[in-house]
Amino acid sequence: MSAVLLAAGAERWWISLIKAAIVINVVLVTFAYLTLAERKVMGRMQLRYGPNRAGPFGLLQPIADLVKLVRKESFFPGAAIDVLYIFAPFIAAFAALSTFSVIPWGPGWTIAGYYVTGYVANVPIALILIFAVGSLGIYGFIVGGWSSDSKYALLGSMRTCAQLVSYEVSLALSVLGVILMARSLSLVDIVDRQYHDLWYVPYAIPQLVGFLVFLFAGTAETARAPFDLPEAEQELVAGYHTEYGGMRFGLFTMAEYVNLITLSGLAVTLFLGGWHIPGPWLQQYGPIWFLLKLGALLFVFIWMRATLPRLRYDQLMRFGWKVLLPVATINAVVTAVLVVAL
Amino acid sequence: MSTMQPLGTLKGFAVTFRQMFKKPLTQQYPEYKRPLYPRFRGRHRLHLHEDGLEKCVGCSLCAAACPSDCIRVVAAENTADNRVSAGERYARIYEINLSRCIFCGYCELACPFDAITLGNEFELSEYSRDDLIYTKDMLLAEPIKRVPIQDPALFDTPLPAYRTQS
Repeated sequence: MSAVLLAAGAERWWISLIKAAIVINVVLVTFAYLTLAERKVMGRMQLRYGPNRAGPFGLLQPIADLVKLVRKESFFPGAAIDVLYIFAPFIAAFAALSTFSVIPWGPGWTIAGYYVTGYVANVPIALILIFAVGSLGIYGFIVGGWSSDSKYALLGSMRTCAQLVSYEVSLALSVLGVILMARSLSLVDIVDRQYHDLWYVPYAIPQLVGFLVFLFAGTAETARAPFDLPEAEQELVAGYHTEYGGMRFGLFTMAEYVNLITLSGLAVTLFLGGWHIPGPWLQQYGPIWFLLKLGALLFVFIWMRATLPRLRYDQLMRFGWKVLLPVATINAVVTAVLVVAL
Repeated sequence: MSTMQPLGTLKGFAVTFRQMFKKPLTQQYPEYKRPLYPRFRGRHRLHLHEDGLEKCVGCSLCAAACPSDCIRVVAAENTADNRVSAGERYARIYEINLSRCIFCGYCELACPFDAITLGNEFELSEYSRDDLIYTKDMLLAEPIKRVPIQDPALFDTPLPAYRTQS
């Protein structure tokens, strides 16, 4: 039974509410343990252990970090613009968390007589929604840097802004090929088309160029190494959140990591077949396959951070505008021609 | 990108991936304590003669030599019914403020009776600064051995000629 066949109204409203609560908590737990996994994996890659003191294998480290951040003083720079300064982390965290709701993670099940779909919301324009809300999240970074009234925060937020705006173009263009192939903007449809067209082949193979451009642009979008220019410690102290501390800083960090998780989830959905595995079997365990693919992709991001040195700012801009954008455009045009021709 | 060779970048990925399966080089400190060198300069100790008398005669030369001014000595006369040290006088108060001490070892060099030496203890953290002021009783007491010390014989090289002649 495919999830797409059912109208959105077939599900009770409180089921959606419960699902939203579960998804948001799964994302937050993934975020918490992603920070631990990142430190652990990077540690092993640098011949260290990483955090291993709090609990067995350091498993309580994220909780210890959270307790530390919550207990810290919420200080406030005297010259800061108070309303913007306080609300900037909220904007960033809210935008980051809300985008995950349109990503599908299962076929839909009948539990205790109620039909439960495998997504929180099936929006017909899900992709546009993700990019729109993602762009809203950038406001959090810009406003946070501006309202701190500090030169490093301002420089950092200007860099963030320039980088995110330039790479968003390539990111959107790299997705165009997938949209053309699936003839839909709904993520549920895109996952379905990958499963039913072309013998279970995910779009990562016909859209390999688009996938690579998406990964590069996505790395820059989430400001991860080697594109972590906005947070280049050596030049900018910490970037746009220089003046933030305590849980406000925690919210910014959360927004960044949740953006990374959402982006990986989007890559899994668009290019790696979403919650499906190739073949007709075991499709009802969709969330497990989805989480496995997500974990593999997150590992690649961590691996990349441990391997590649940071780019210079002019290299970053040149790479974005002169390499990624033309490649993404050509990919979209070629895909369009092939889709029409075939 | 002109500045990044794709093949070299992939090689870098292979290197970091391989590192993951090697044993980390970290020494897990509280569980594993790296043996100290025998001449490691740690917390001070005061010494006694074999007959139980203190070697320290309260001359304050250590306090004078101390660059961070962390030693306080108040001397008193030995009497017939209260003989503490082998000399004429003894240290009635001998305190070292370890929160100031820089472990340079000048006190050890200045001491004419080898009464004070620097031991091997370095785990000296306390919750209060007051607890870092070590009194004479604490310095005289046999320290608890917490960190292994390497066999001095490993480092026992012959003395240089100018040391043996003098």
